[in-house]
Amino acid sequence: MTISAERPTEVAASSVTPPVQSGRVGWTQRPGWMSQHLGTAIVLGIVGYLFGHWLGHEITGDYAYIQNSGQNSSANFFALLFGVVGWLLGIGALNYPVAKLFGREPNQEPTVEGWSKYFRYTLDHKVVGLQYVVGVLLFMFTGGLLAMAIRAELLNPTTHLFGPGTYIEIVSEHGTIMMMMATSIIVGPLGNYFVPLMIGSRKMAFPRIEAFSFWIFVAGYAVIFSALPYGGFPTGWTGYAPLQTQAGPGMISYLFGFAVIGMGMMAAGFNIAVTIINNRAPGMTWSRVPIFVWSILATAALLTLATPTLFAAGLFGILDKTAQTAFYVSEHGGSSYLWENLFWFFGHPEVYIMALPGFGIVAEILPVFTRKPLFAYKVAASGMIGVALLSFFVWQHHLFQSGINPDMRPLFMLTTELISIPTGFIFLVGMGTLYRAKIRFEIPMLFAMALFFNFLIGGVTGVFLSDVPVNVTVHGGFFVLSHFHYTIMGGLLFAFMAGLYYWLPKMTGRMMNKKLGLWHFWTMFIFFNLTFFPMFIIGLLGQPRRVFTYAKNLQGLNDFSSISAFLLGLSFLLFFANLMYSMYIKPVKAPANPWDSLGLEWQTASPIPEYNFERIPVVMTDPYHYSEVGAPPVADMGTGAPPVVSTTSGSSPA
Amino acid sequence: MSTENSMKKETHHLRRMATIWVILSVAADLLFMFWVAPHVPPGTMTDTARANQFDFNVLFLMAFPVLIGVWVYMGYAIVNWSAKRAGVPEPVGGPAARGNLKAQVSWIVVTSIVVLFLAGFGTVALINGNGSGGGEGPNPVWMPAGSAKAETAALTSSASWTPGSNQVLVVQVIGQQWKFTYRYPQFGGFESPQLILPNNTEIAFNVTSLDVIHSFWAYQLSVKADANPQQNNVAYTKTAQLGNFTVRCSELCGIWHGSMYNYGKVVSQSNFQNWATTTEAANAANTKNLPPFAWTYVPDANGAAGGYYIDGNVTPYSQVETYGAKQPAS
Repeated sequence: MTISAERPTEVAASSVTPPVQSGRVGWTQRPGWMSQHLGTAIVLGIVGYLFGHWLGHEITGDYAYIQNSGQNSSANFFALLFGVVGWLLGIGALNYPVAKLFGREPNQEPTVEGWSKYFRYTLDHKVVGLQYVVGVLLFMFTGGLLAMAIRAELLNPTTHLFGPGTYIEIVSEHGTIMMMMATSIIVGPLGNYFVPLMIGSRKMAFPRIEAFSFWIFVAGYAVIFSALPYGGFPTGWTGYAPLQTQAGPGMISYLFGFAVIGMGMMAAGFNIAVTIINNRAPGMTWSRVPIFVWSILATAALLTLATPTLFAAGLFGILDKTAQTAFYVSEHGGSSYLWENLFWFFGHPEVYIMALPGFGIVAEILPVFTRKPLFAYKVAASGMIGVALLSFFVWQHHLFQSGINPDMRPLFMLTTELISIPTGFIFLVGMGTLYRAKIRFEIPMLFAMALFFNFLIGGVTGVFLSDVPVNVTVHGGFFVLSHFHYTIMGGLLFAFMAGLYYWLPKMTGRMMNKKLGLWHFWTMFIFFNLTFFPMFIIGLLGQPRRVFTYAKNLQGLNDFSSISAFLLGLSFLLFFANLMYSMYIKPVKAPANPWDSLGLEWQTASPIPEYNFERIPVVMTDPYHYSEVGAPPVADMGTGAPPVVSTTSGSSPA
Repeated sequence: MSTENSMKKETHHLRRMATIWVILSVAADLLFMFWVAPHVPPGTMTDTARANQFDFNVLFLMAFPVLIGVWVYMGYAIVNWSAKRAGVPEPVGGPAARGNLKAQVSWIVVTSIVVLFLAGFGTVALINGNGSGGGEGPNPVWMPAGSAKAETAALTSSASWTPGSNQVLVVQVIGQQWKFTYRYPQFGGFESPQLILPNNTEIAFNVTSLDVIHSFWAYQLSVKADANPQQNNVAYTKTAQLGNFTVRCSELCGIWHGSMYNYGKVVSQSNFQNWATTTEAANAANTKNLPPFAWTYVPDANGAAGGYYIDGNVTPYSQVETYGAKQPAS
């Protein structure tokens, strides 16, 4: 299909004036402390929390979990509900919808310049993207510290550092916060920042919903950790009932936390999906959409369709614990299987919510560093859609030994095996792209290559888990724990690092230091494998997950894994040091296109203008024409500058 | 560079990779087969364990060529096609680099054959293994001969088991925070904190819970079945060796989950008979106070604080209600 390179006149005419922000200038425009920002959000959040807690006690004071302890699930629920509402009020997320609700002209969102826009309800997707970077790093470092605590406890086969209650609290918080982080770690920062730039759009389809998805994501962090004064929750991230029903008020933080994060996931999902479908620049046909955008589209579909199940499941759990309903209480007509079904019906698509964007990043940057076109583009895109579709049909493989639908096990074994076909496409694409390439081993490329190493191990062990006879031994043990750390940390997190090293120069105009980056990569790669590979063996030798005591003969392996984990933690500090050093302490100005990429996001001016493109580009081809003599330029940027054409040069960038 | 020349070069690369791959894969598989495979968990203590170990080994033998294939390719690419290496030719773009129908189709065909084979293999193993030691819910579709009869008989007080009779031994596993206990309906329904099993005997584990979800994992027996409150979850195995085995809870069940484990023992049939009859007699007074043997136990209305079995007046038991319409034929 060919699209005329001639610029449509209406685009040209509208391209000079920025999109109009509706609304009048009101009190939200006041400068400094008088308007809404993170500070007001925190204050109103706390006020809401205290009010809700008081209200809950007034209503249901008789239902104290422990007599006279002030521990009351209803009070905790109301506290969190009002706390989150206060937070949203404080940040200004409710100004627009509430004004519209009453038929009033809404106040315009702040158009603040300078650093303070990062602490406000800002509608620019580039600001939201950077906010998300900081947000997910906060999640990641907290979760990582908890992981260090877990490994410290497991240095010894008996309980020695924490009591069993504290230990299980740490395990549960680690799992939950990491899962929440992982759902957003690429879609949030890099998806929000780069999807509009890569499809030639000036903004997201729904900028307010985009800002909402970030700020409610941050509220989820506070909600999850609000369990700590109640002694946390004892269920791990899976929250199985009836343990959930039996748990103290801290459980509400988990259930409501997932509902809150779920709202952010749904909002982010459909915002991104609508943006990709509707806001593509002229000429950006489906066969020219960058592969990263395909992966984000598949992820967005999963976020939108799978998350409502989790949201509903969480609310049922809250009702069970506050209004004494019996969704999950078998004595009263409910079923503990109901939670397992609902949770994994969300939970398995969730796994691919985490995996797909990682594949997208790797497939996106491989051509740049191999100087070759992406191999089998259509197979890659259809594989992502295939994974997304199939991911709704595999959830009961988490429940092979639970006694639920036992006759269906062959079917779920089959669907689970089948999903490895489209998942395996990423290897076809990667290997095809590497074939007879001229590989530049820059830091992003190293992380991308590491994904193939790690994810292969994660994927192959996934096939082991899908086989029911083998599952009898490996289910619920350290084998499965290691498996999903290999896929999520070894896959997604390595891909996130690849994306961050690749795109930070465009986001901040500063290069990450290469020497520190090399140190970061190699320590992370080596110690990741040294931490988690022994866990396969530990699992095979019979250690179940989430235990604080284990067989004495496994201490050697556990200690090895723990020490590697501490060094892996140091590797993250190295990353943090590199980030600080390269961004603030000794920033080095990045060239406009340091990797010689053909991607549309690299063709716009640096720093990126507020509305991304001075003129809406007209896309001429897909961005993978590396090493092709005479290939058309990627897009007509309409700036009068000479269009970027592919170079055959294989020389390393300066 | 002429097309012919580049074609020649292509076969050269692929042939070299294939050679390395075949050598390494065969070596890895042979090493694994003779050196590691006999020791792969869950061992050979039961027929189920032996079958599952075989399954495990088949997967390992198939996994090594896959892992090695990708690693060899990646390693080869890193060594030969690095921009730093002198004399690396400029890459070629264009349609040839964007896809190769033969490569794509054969990739899809090969991966499909592998996964369909594995799904079929797993299904056959699951069915032949009577559920492979995994929890099959209250109404198992795949069960060893004689188990339906034994299960039904277990509900009557006349159920019995004698050595050498080839009968299925019914054992009930009751999970509660934070221990497992075991009831033996064929020996008067006594409840024991010890799991003793006779050798060369088909065992039907009926797993249930009194509170939250636990998971009964007898590692060396290769049995794993979740213990769900008010659900019966049946798993089968046939013991084949004398010895000790470990039982651990493998589903998070609260703060002391980590210390919910005990050890069981497979003994000879006559020793088992001795132990069971002795324990039955010794426990007779206690057994009388237990609720009658049933697949599940509804906690007493006032039992929320842990007072199950308060006065023996548990909710009246109905076979049809708890076992479903699909009871095993008597």
